[in-house]
Amino acid sequence: MRRVAVVGIGHTKFCFNSPLTSVEMLSEAAMDAINESNIAPKDIQAAFIGNVLGDFSEGQGMVQSYFINDIGCDQIPASRFEGACASGTMAIRDAYMWVASGYYDIVIAGGTERATAMGTSLATRTFAMFGDSRWEFPSGFTFPAAFALLAHLYSDRYGIPMKKLKEQMAAVSVQSHQYGMKNPNAQFHEEITIDDVLKSFMVTTPLQLHDCCPFSDGAAAVVLASEEVAKKLIDKPIYIKGIGQASSPQLAGQRKFLPRLRARELASQQAYSMAGVRPEDIDICELHDCFSIASLIAAESLGFFEFGKAGEAWEKGETKIGGKIPINISGGLKSKGHPIGATGASQVYEVTRQLRGQMVDQGRQVEGAKLGLVDTLGGDGVIVNLILSAN
Amino acid sequence: MEYKLPFKEYNKALRRNKLMGLKCNKCGAVTCPPMMVCNECSGTDLDIVQLTGNGKIVTFTTTNVAPEGRQNEVPYTIVLVELNEGPWIMGNLVDMDPTTVTMDVIGKEVKLGNRVFPGDKYSGSAARPAFSFDS
Repeated sequence: MRRVAVVGIGHTKFCFNSPLTSVEMLSEAAMDAINESNIAPKDIQAAFIGNVLGDFSEGQGMVQSYFINDIGCDQIPASRFEGACASGTMAIRDAYMWVASGYYDIVIAGGTERATAMGTSLATRTFAMFGDSRWEFPSGFTFPAAFALLAHLYSDRYGIPMKKLKEQMAAVSVQSHQYGMKNPNAQFHEEITIDDVLKSFMVTTPLQLHDCCPFSDGAAAVVLASEEVAKKLIDKPIYIKGIGQASSPQLAGQRKFLPRLRARELASQQAYSMAGVRPEDIDICELHDCFSIASLIAAESLGFFEFGKAGEAWEKGETKIGGKIPINISGGLKSKGHPIGATGASQVYEVTRQLRGQMVDQGRQVEGAKLGLVDTLGGDGVIVNLILSAN
Repeated sequence: MEYKLPFKEYNKALRRNKLMGLKCNKCGAVTCPPMMVCNECSGTDLDIVQLTGNGKIVTFTTTNVAPEGRQNEVPYTIVLVELNEGPWIMGNLVDMDPTTVTMDVIGKEVKLGNRVFPGDKYSGSAARPAFSFDS
């Protein structure tokens, strides 16, 4: 297999009520990625696109085909990936494989979503389609409920009193908003306090509004190329060194392993092993903080902290710039926003800019970052991990 | 290979408060809700068995934001229950005011009944486990 590099990246602002369609947002992000790569659309050989709910939000399926036409790629193969909130990362993982295998030299991957047009109740209904329609939805399953179940289980399993855990979870949201303030692409530019989190509307016990990421619109895209081609196109390619993906059954089917998600442990081990690195080698991580508790569960399964200890790490600032492992310096899904089909591509965009050293102007550069980890979760437990490297 | 205990049959029994599962003749584990293969060892030599419907609550949440079409159900409490036979299943806790449910319910023994979700424009009608305290 050949080495594969990220040669160009693009990212729209994440927002409520985008005036653009899913295709238009993706085209904007893609043209930025294409221009950074010093190529033209006709140089792209295939497209790999994450989009989850276009059918419901816009009555639009098959965005990938309309997208490649929209940017003047000449009838190239275009495939849509649906893995709920992990769709964009799934698309990039597959795009990587097609280039690594030698079949293509230059491809585009990414994702787009326009979820806010659905409104909260239809969006809650359609997001619940990524739980099991037979065994979960009849009980009133929603995604906040899934992580709320895990939060109470986490408290019970690790013996952390709920009041203490609530404060730790709030610390996650507070940190995300601090960094989101510095990210021009973020949906929210608003500092919040522990008190704001603990006084916000109770969505599903114990998760309050500020424990939850928003519904969002936005797109992100990356151009991938073989190492040989990448070196001709740009000065500083960022390499994809490890990939991993794993799947889980419905929540109850995961039984005693909960609140850990075994799929994450399998996927991240694949990525670490392929890259030949360990968790302590990672300089920056963008992980899937769809809910505050999800950040704790993810950071532990990725190997950064002991089980039951991640909350303390957030409270001590170990997840900030200068801490043990800077996590979600973008503002994360919570503050940056979570247009589900695009989120994985947005995470890759963020890590790529960090590894290029391009975050100094925004005041959120992790100095000397060489190795970054992307972690994206979809539905009850599809996980995709990517490891990116500056060399 | 024929599907041993399809959703339709499982659900028909659940509407009569009968919880059906699959016992694996290879490893002895019980799978519930049903799957094509044993949830423990992937074995396919399975017998349909009736479970007691008794178990204990392992976790819960009381939800105030419902999906479209189900807003009239809030607040409601979702639970994961570890059945006496081993499997975990999702259902609702129905004999307690949802607004008063706390961590104290974890570990409490419950018994199974059912309530029927009538279905919406996307998913069909389905019963779900409705648990009450086993006192």
